Amino acid sequence: MEMAITAKLISKSFGDFKAIDEISLSIPKGTIFGFLGPNGCGKTTAIRMLTGLLIPTNGSIDVLNHSLPKESEKLKYKIGYMTQKFSLYNDLTVEENLKFIGGIFGLKKQNLKEKIEKQLNTYNLTEIRKKRVGGMSGGQKQRVSLAAATIHNPELLFLDEPTSAVDPETRRNFWEQLFDLSESGTTILVATHYMDEAERCHNLAIMEAGKVKAQGNPNDLMNDLSVNVVELLVNADNNKELKLKLSKKENIKSISQLGKRLRVLVKKEIKDPISWLKQETPDIKNIKMELVRPSLEDVFVSVTGEGRQ
Amino acid sequence: MLNSLNRIKCIVQKEVWQLKRDKLTFGMAIMIPFIQLLLFGFAINTDVRNIPVGVVDQSEMAIGRMVTESVKVTQVVDVIKHYNTPKEAEYAITKGEVKAVLIIPTDINQRLVQKRSIAQWIVDGSDSMISSAIMGLQNMPITDLGLSDMKMTKTFEVALFYNPTRRSAVNIIPGLTGIILTMTMVLFTSLAIVKEREQGNLELLITTPLISFELMVAKIIPYIIIGLVQVTIILGLGYLIFNLPINGDLFQIFLGSLLFIAASLSLGLIISTIAKTQIQSMQMTIFVLLPSILLSGFMFPYESMPIIAQWISEIFPATHFMRIIRAVILRGADLSDVWQDTLWLSIFTVVGLLIAAKRFSKTLD
Repeated sequence: MEMAITAKLISKSFGDFKAIDEISLSIPKGTIFGFLGPNGCGKTTAIRMLTGLLIPTNGSIDVLNHSLPKESEKLKYKIGYMTQKFSLYNDLTVEENLKFIGGIFGLKKQNLKEKIEKQLNTYNLTEIRKKRVGGMSGGQKQRVSLAAATIHNPELLFLDEPTSAVDPETRRNFWEQLFDLSESGTTILVATHYMDEAERCHNLAIMEAGKVKAQGNPNDLMNDLSVNVVELLVNADNNKELKLKLSKKENIKSISQLGKRLRVLVKKEIKDPISWLKQETPDIKNIKMELVRPSLEDVFVSVTGEGRQ
Repeated sequence: MLNSLNRIKCIVQKEVWQLKRDKLTFGMAIMIPFIQLLLFGFAINTDVRNIPVGVVDQSEMAIGRMVTESVKVTQVVDVIKHYNTPKEAEYAITKGEVKAVLIIPTDINQRLVQKRSIAQWIVDGSDSMISSAIMGLQNMPITDLGLSDMKMTKTFEVALFYNPTRRSAVNIIPGLTGIILTMTMVLFTSLAIVKEREQGNLELLITTPLISFELMVAKIIPYIIIGLVQVTIILGLGYLIFNLPINGDLFQIFLGSLLFIAASLSLGLIISTIAKTQIQSMQMTIFVLLPSILLSGFMFPYESMPIIAQWISEIFPATHFMRIIRAVILRGADLSDVWQDTLWLSIFTVVGLLIAAKRFSKTLD
C-alpha cells in the first residue's frame, strides 16, 4: 500500500515543554485518518508538523514523497488545510474568499471560474455566494472553509477539529462530503475529540499528552481491548458509594455512569468478570449485570488516563 | 464600600500583573518620558546656532578674512565651505549644502569708508527660523576693524531667497507632507500583518504557496497609491490656499514622495512583524512618529540640534524626505542634487523589505 504520510519518531519541544513525544505514523493514500484526543494533547502541533508549518525537534517526516521540512514549499501546492479557528476573511464574500485562495494556489482565470462554480455547487453555497462570511452560521462558515481548502484539488487534506462549532445534523452532512472526497482519492487527516467522528475514520491514532497511545482500525481497537465491559443496572441512590468502592479495585480500569447503568471496565486478566464482580462486592450480587460490546469511548478510556480516576 | 475598594484593589493588582507581562507597554511607559525629555530638552533650542554657511571672499584681503572670523565667533553660523563665485554658492544653497552664503565684495575697503554695508548674506529663506537668525547678524558690530564706534547703516545686507516674505507656511507645508505620510503610511502597514495574525488569517496564508516577500510587497502596493493621493491633496491645497511656491518639477516631487512612501511602508512592515497585536503596532508607530516630527527638521532647524540628536534623526526617513521635498519644491532642485538623501531612502526601503520578509517566517516556530 502506498503511503501518503510516513512519520518516524517525531518530537517537538517548545522550551521545556514536550508537545509531541516520539510519535510514528503511516497513513495509506486515499484513507481517512483520525487523531483522537482531548484538547491540548498535541493534535494541532502534530498536524502543523505534517504540513511543514512547524519544524520537528527530532525525527523524520515524509509527506507525498516530500521530505519535510526541506520540501515544505513544494508540498504546499498538494495539501489543503482547514484550520481549527475560522481563518478566511470575514469582510470578504464567499466568492471573493474562494477567488483569493484559488488565485494564491495559482489557478488561472477560466479554470478558477469553473472551479469556483463547482465548489459553490458541491458545498451548497450558490445562494450565499455574494454574502460576506462574517455574519454566517457555524455550518455555513465550515462549508466555505472546506470549499476553500479543496479548491486546488489537494491530494491530502488536513482538518483540525472541523466540526467543533456545528450541530450534529451539519456534522453528518459534512462527513458525507468527506467520504465523497475520500472516494475520489483524497487522503484525509482529521483531528477530533468526538468519538462518533473518530469511529468513521479508516484508521485512528489515540493521543494523550503528546504521545500516541493506540493506533489502528477503530474495530480492531475495540476488539483488541485489554478490558471487558460490564454494565450494571443500578438504582440511582447508592451509586456514589458503589462507584467509590469499585474504583479502589486494582483490576477495574474505570467506571462511568450512563443513566441507570454503570459501565465498568474490568481488566482482561479476570476470566469471568461478572462472577468476579459479584464475589468481590457481595452487596451488589443481586444487581443485574451483562457483558457488552466495547465502544470507542471504552478504548479511549482504557488506553488513556493513566493516573486519572 | 469596603467591597468596592477590594474589587478596585483586585483590578489594580491584575493590571499590574498584566503590565509586568506586557513588556512593551511597560517599557514605553517608562521610556517615552525619558527619551522625550532628553530629546526635547536638547533639541528644542530656539537659539539657532551652527547654521552651515559658505563664504565667497572676492576681496582677497586681510579685512575679508577678519569679517569672516568675526562672523564665525558669533557661533550663529558655522563656516563649512568657501566658494569661488556667487553662482557656485547659490547652487550650493539649492542643493541644501549650506543654508546661507556670505559674499564679501571686492570693494569692501571703499564701502567701509563710505559707511555702506560691507558684505551681503544670501539666505535660503524657506525656514523662517534660520532667516531670522541670519537677519539678527545684520547689525553686528565688527570691533576688530576698529570701526565699532562708526555709525554704519547696516553691517550686512541680507537677500532672502525662495521665501522673501518669510511666511512660515512655505516651510511648513512641504514638511507637513512628510509628517502626514509618516503618520498614515507607517500606521497602515504596521497594522497590516498584525491584523491578519489577530484574526487568524495568517494561519491560512502560511499554508499556501505564498512566499513572505510577495506578501510584503503586495501589502504595501495599495498604500503607495493612497500615499500619492495624500501628497497631491496636501500640495494642491498648499498651492491653492497658502500660495505655496512650487518651484520644482512635479515629476521630481512625486518621485521623491514615492521613495519616502516606500521607505515608510517598509518601516511599517517591520513593525508589523514585531508587534503581536494591533494595539502594540500603534504604540510602536507613535514611537517612530514622535522623533519624525521633532527631530526631522520639521519643527526645529536640524542644524541647531545637538550632534547626538542629529545622528538619531539621520536614521528616520522623514529627516531625509524633509530635505528632499524642501529642496525640490522650494528651491527647484532635482533629486540628483540631493542624491545622498535619495540614496538613503532607496537603501532604507530595500533593506527594510528584506528585514520584514525575513522576520516574517513562514513557520510557526
